[in-house]
Amino acid sequence: MARAVTPQRKILTTLVAWIIGLLIFFPIFWTILTSFKTEAQAINDPPLFLFFDWTLENYAVVQERSDYMRFLWNSVIIAGGSTLLGVLIAVPAAWSMAFVPSRRTKDILLWMLSTKMLPAVGVLYPISLLFVEFNLLDTRIGLIVVLMLINLPIIVWMLYTYFREIPGEILEAARMDGATLKEEILYVLTPMAIPGIASTVLLNIILAWNEAFWTLNLTAAQAAPLTAFIASYSSPEGLFFAKLSAASTMAIAPILILGWFSQKQLVRGLTFGAVK
Amino acid sequence: MGRIQLKSVTKSFGDVQVIPPLDLTIEDGEFTVFVGPSGCGKSTLLRLIAGLEDITTGHIEIDGKDATDLVPAKRGLAMVFQSYALYPHMSVRKNIAFPLKMAKMDKAEIDRRIEAAASVLNLTDYLDRRPGQLSGGQRQRVAIGRAIVREPAAFLFDEPLSNLDAALRVGMRLEISELHKRLATTMIYVTHDQVEAMTMADKIVVLQAGVIEQVGSPLELYQRPRNTFVAGFIGSPKMNLITGAEAQKHDATTIGIRPEHIEISQTEGVWKGKIGVSEHLGSDTFFHIQTDVSKEPLTVRAAGEMSLGYGAEVYLSPRTEHLHRFDAQGLRLG
Repeated sequence: MARAVTPQRKILTTLVAWIIGLLIFFPIFWTILTSFKTEAQAINDPPLFLFFDWTLENYAVVQERSDYMRFLWNSVIIAGGSTLLGVLIAVPAAWSMAFVPSRRTKDILLWMLSTKMLPAVGVLYPISLLFVEFNLLDTRIGLIVVLMLINLPIIVWMLYTYFREIPGEILEAARMDGATLKEEILYVLTPMAIPGIASTVLLNIILAWNEAFWTLNLTAAQAAPLTAFIASYSSPEGLFFAKLSAASTMAIAPILILGWFSQKQLVRGLTFGAVK
Repeated sequence: MGRIQLKSVTKSFGDVQVIPPLDLTIEDGEFTVFVGPSGCGKSTLLRLIAGLEDITTGHIEIDGKDATDLVPAKRGLAMVFQSYALYPHMSVRKNIAFPLKMAKMDKAEIDRRIEAAASVLNLTDYLDRRPGQLSGGQRQRVAIGRAIVREPAAFLFDEPLSNLDAALRVGMRLEISELHKRLATTMIYVTHDQVEAMTMADKIVVLQAGVIEQVGSPLELYQRPRNTFVAGFIGSPKMNLITGAEAQKHDATTIGIRPEHIEISQTEGVWKGKIGVSEHLGSDTFFHIQTDVSKEPLTVRAAGEMSLGYGAEVYLSPRTEHLHRFDAQGLRLG
């Protein structure tokens, strides 16, 4: 028997869902709102909601004071580059775990994921030293590699779960048809896994875009992405909430838009493996 | 050409030996069927021949050349999978072209072969569709098309019809047999369905637990099963196997008699019994009859339509010239 849903119950759950949704969205909403206030209005008590003098002054100041485009470009390169590199490494790794598993495959997967449980600061020192040694401090390539390594377990896990849904017989058919391993992965596995790969790429771009610990610690000026751009407005000169909000809004806008247009893939990515 | 020889081939998964040492020769152009209950190792054996699994010990020769260590593609064999295993993201045309592209064949030749295969398999109108837009039977034909364009030394079929409904299965069975007659290429066909085995095969290989129980033509297996397993497996409905006192009368541990080799009469006969369930097919009638000679009810075939009420008393007479006798090990006597 299907579970009966009464109209009252439906209204109630809808209401709860909206409340939770708004609660989660509120900080972002407030940030965007604050970015249009003057500094005085931003710290007004009681807080001002919609009725204040809307101004674009903060954006003008932020634009004037720092080179937004350079930070944006760094973010794009670092997030995109680390994801791309990660996928290139993870596809063969996930292929082997999904289609030629050994007795230890499960353990390896868990071990990989366990590295995500390690606090990042625990390896700050060794990584910083490596960066100094290899002259990677404040370089985009250095950050690409570090962020790729940070997110690699997640990329491998996601791709692994997607690949597991692909029937092995199809890959065997490709083998019978004379495809080499490279051709099998390139012409058969990858096209079939495109939806899964797309969700993985999207989720990891977002993770890399928002990553603040390494990007703040390993960059100064040259390779600093948008996270550093925001941080530069929570300065020792005092808190300028309106400008900080404007900077934050500018930093999250691109990824928010990307997320908006790819909701479907993202939902699939976030619930990876759970729903087919 | 396509002569395949297995020489003392074994296969183990970990500590479990699924194929004990096995020798088998499949002649060029022969339609060979591997048949047996599920888990008997027939699919594994096919995958060993295909090269999808590595053999543990022994040798596989294809046309006299050692193929033991060759990758699947280099063996010159084509396989049709149970799930069809079509490439869902490619059109029918691209699916069929895939093995030729992998072989770096030139475009004109690829097109020529696709057209030829499509016309043989009635797929010409579907070449630009995706597999998802095809029916089960059409998908099966695409899978066969992908196999025939390669002009392989042999075709390997892994239960290709088990996903089709009964009516379609009979049709495809005929199509595959027809294809074999036309191409005269070696085919190895795995099935658990003994009807498919009987109707299609030149040679049947009956397997149980990785061991070959008997190899022979369908009629050889039907008329002279080497042991009780083959006797019970080949033929539908199954052969009646009787043990005990009645078998002893014939100097055997077990005797077997097929349903069509028992005469049924309401007045006289050797064994007395009571009618249980009757199955009326129109062309034949099958009676399940409880007798004193066997705990299991005996199955008896009567040609045409025959009506006997449930519980009616009847007499049965086995036609002794068709009686099969087996010893204590289940092996055929005489």
